[in-house]
Amino acid sequence: MKNMLTIISNALCRITGRNVLLIDLSAYVSVTSPEAPDLAKTQRQPPKPPPPPPVSTRAHDAELVSCQSDALDAPGARVMVSRSYADLTTQATFDIKRCDLHRLEEGPPLRAELTRDQGLQYYRTMQTVRRMELKADQLYKQKIIRGFCHLYDGQEACAVGIEAAITPSDHLITAYRAHAYTYTRGVSVKEILAELTGRKGGVAKGKGGSMHMYAPHFYGGNGIVGAQVPLGAGIALACRYQGNNQICVTLYGDGAANQGQIFESYNMAALWKLPCIFICENNKYGMGTSVERAAACTDYYKRGDYIPGIRVDGMDVLCVREAAKFAADHCRSGKGPIIMELQTYRYHGHSMSDPGVSYRTREEIQEVRSKSDPISLLKERMLANNMASAEEFKVIDIAIRKEVEDAAQFATSDPEPPLDELCNHIFKSSPPLEVRGTNPWAKLQSLS
Amino acid sequence: MAASLNCFLRTGKNAVSALRRRGIHRSAPAAVQVTVRDALTQAMDEELERDERVFLLGEEVAQYDGAYKVSRGLWKKYGDQRIIDTPISEMGFTGIAVGAAMAGLRPICEFMTFNFSMQAIDQVINSAAKTCYMSAGLQSVPIVFRGPNGSSAGVAAQHSQCFAAWYAHCPGLKVVSPWNSEDARGLLKAAIRDDNPVVFLENELMYGVAFEMSEESQSKDFTVPIGKAKVERQGNHATLVSHSRYVGHCLDAAAVLAKEGIECEVINLRTIRPMDVESIETSVMKTNHLVTVEGGWPQFGVGAEICARIMEGPAFNYLDAPATRVTGVDIPMPYAKILEDNSVPQIKDIIFSVKKTLNV
Repeated sequence: MKNMLTIISNALCRITGRNVLLIDLSAYVSVTSPEAPDLAKTQRQPPKPPPPPPVSTRAHDAELVSCQSDALDAPGARVMVSRSYADLTTQATFDIKRCDLHRLEEGPPLRAELTRDQGLQYYRTMQTVRRMELKADQLYKQKIIRGFCHLYDGQEACAVGIEAAITPSDHLITAYRAHAYTYTRGVSVKEILAELTGRKGGVAKGKGGSMHMYAPHFYGGNGIVGAQVPLGAGIALACRYQGNNQICVTLYGDGAANQGQIFESYNMAALWKLPCIFICENNKYGMGTSVERAAACTDYYKRGDYIPGIRVDGMDVLCVREAAKFAADHCRSGKGPIIMELQTYRYHGHSMSDPGVSYRTREEIQEVRSKSDPISLLKERMLANNMASAEEFKVIDIAIRKEVEDAAQFATSDPEPPLDELCNHIFKSSPPLEVRGTNPWAKLQSLS
Repeated sequence: MAASLNCFLRTGKNAVSALRRRGIHRSAPAAVQVTVRDALTQAMDEELERDERVFLLGEEVAQYDGAYKVSRGLWKKYGDQRIIDTPISEMGFTGIAVGAAMAGLRPICEFMTFNFSMQAIDQVINSAAKTCYMSAGLQSVPIVFRGPNGSSAGVAAQHSQCFAAWYAHCPGLKVVSPWNSEDARGLLKAAIRDDNPVVFLENELMYGVAFEMSEESQSKDFTVPIGKAKVERQGNHATLVSHSRYVGHCLDAAAVLAKEGIECEVINLRTIRPMDVESIETSVMKTNHLVTVEGGWPQFGVGAEICARIMEGPAFNYLDAPATRVTGVDIPMPYAKILEDNSVPQIKDIIFSVKKTLNV
């Protein structure tokens, strides 16, 4: 311990150019995790850390480390608190909300295990999505992004929880609020932002835009509300046809849930036992229409009638993960489709052209932000259970900010796609094709 | 009926010798008479056998053997996994077919008639046709949408629309419209092997018509290239351009006109999109007169597109008269036989239009 503090302290002295004192507080703070269930159940706010004892009452002088012996009174002396990584909790179990069930005897488990690594990864992913969406908001207001831009901030736990429950060889398709899924399915922030700004470095070379981004086993990004649901059932059919034990996660919103083609998909998926998880992301508003005004039955997890359903707290990434795992197992075991309703919330309006406050109150938005923010929920859980330190989260935040900033830089400086590629990619594997331009003399070429 | 008889009589000259040849050479696969229906069935059978990713879905395609028996025998041979009966949910099952294509299979999506494809047209256009472009080539959709198109006999307005112009309007789709058995077989095989969405417009009245098929056209790898028209009859005085059933009408009209010394060149488009304009231009530059013939409505139709393209190209200067379009009457299809007969181009309409164009 003493050696480690010495090493760290010396390094910090060199880096900061300041006199640094490192105090080992392990004698004063209990770093073993208290009984986890109680803490996870009762606490929302992390406990206040004990105040650092004044230096002069330090009992173990031998452990006091500094670069200069008389540094204590020098101006610029700083006291830093550290905990040894060896004392952090590497795994904890949390109580999660019970899911409402439809046509199911048993549902997802009521407790979720979380390792430190998993927690940090979920945090990192959710925070990246959050920052990416906020950056998109900024770029849109600067008119560098144009057209449609539907932002996902507030709903991060859904995308991250689902991805944590499936494998990269599983399939996923969603509607137009798709940036988060594009990221969780493997596309870099750089390529996403560059697609939004319409540059050639975008994932679809600038040809698709916000709603048409694709990746292996990720089928977009679909602009027509509800059309992605039969597509998803078809992808599931391909999984069953090929016998590859893969599943398809098919997402739609509370607005799309009233589309007829979804019920056609339910019917065929159930008839043919397609391995399809139908997930309704219920963020309470279909554009400007609240669920009460749009649906005669707002129990979206029951709308599949003969298809079993689960209603899930979509703001808790662990809840989403456990439910999605349960659903994936259900599909993989050949039982056919299942429906999940994720109760979630979007902070932004429907799209960038909607301020989002004409059909809901600012108080409502603020209430969700302060009480149910998915990123805060996870962070507080981890801090309360000593699974990570506040500094660690800060370091992660800084790294993410940089990543998103660099990506935005690329997205604003990368050139637009060249005009001679205007007509390419109409077809796949076809010989070059002549395409009529705006006038009879404009004979353009299309390459596959 | 009359049209079928005409078709048969036209091939009758060859049929007799073919029969005689068949009698002598039993072992060699000589030219045979094959109906359009059987040509389609055989094409699907061979492609299902060739590539296990190919499958057929649609209403009544499996246990019923197909509403028009085009998929007869396939379910017995290939089973439930590959020949799938769907509920009556066009939008749903078309989306499912497109999704399956996106995930690596090669579906044949049958519409009982293309009239019902209107319920699913969003999936055909927005999910299938546009995706390769929107994804800059990342996501392709190798799918065939097939079924009978255009007017039938006595099925009235909601079941008689021709969709050639609607689908051919959209970039990202290939649209083919076979006339005879060779077209049907070769184009369907080419469509199934194509990695792109192909709309395959059949014709219910042609299903039962038999045509002679050459030995070459019966081989398992015989395909007709998509995007290439065929000159069915050579001539010097006027160019008749048509697709599907009306190619037969054009040939019949040409036979009648030949007796009066007017030799028509008859072009079978085979593919509506991408259209083989060069073949039409070459012909028009020879004959100096153009008449297009189609079953669909005149406004914004296939004939309208041909005329516009001819005007924009080199062949315009060779026209001795404005191009003429022979089309279906601009009304919803009536039911009564006399009304229905007079709602679509008849042979006499083609003859009349050619003569008017030639000013004779």
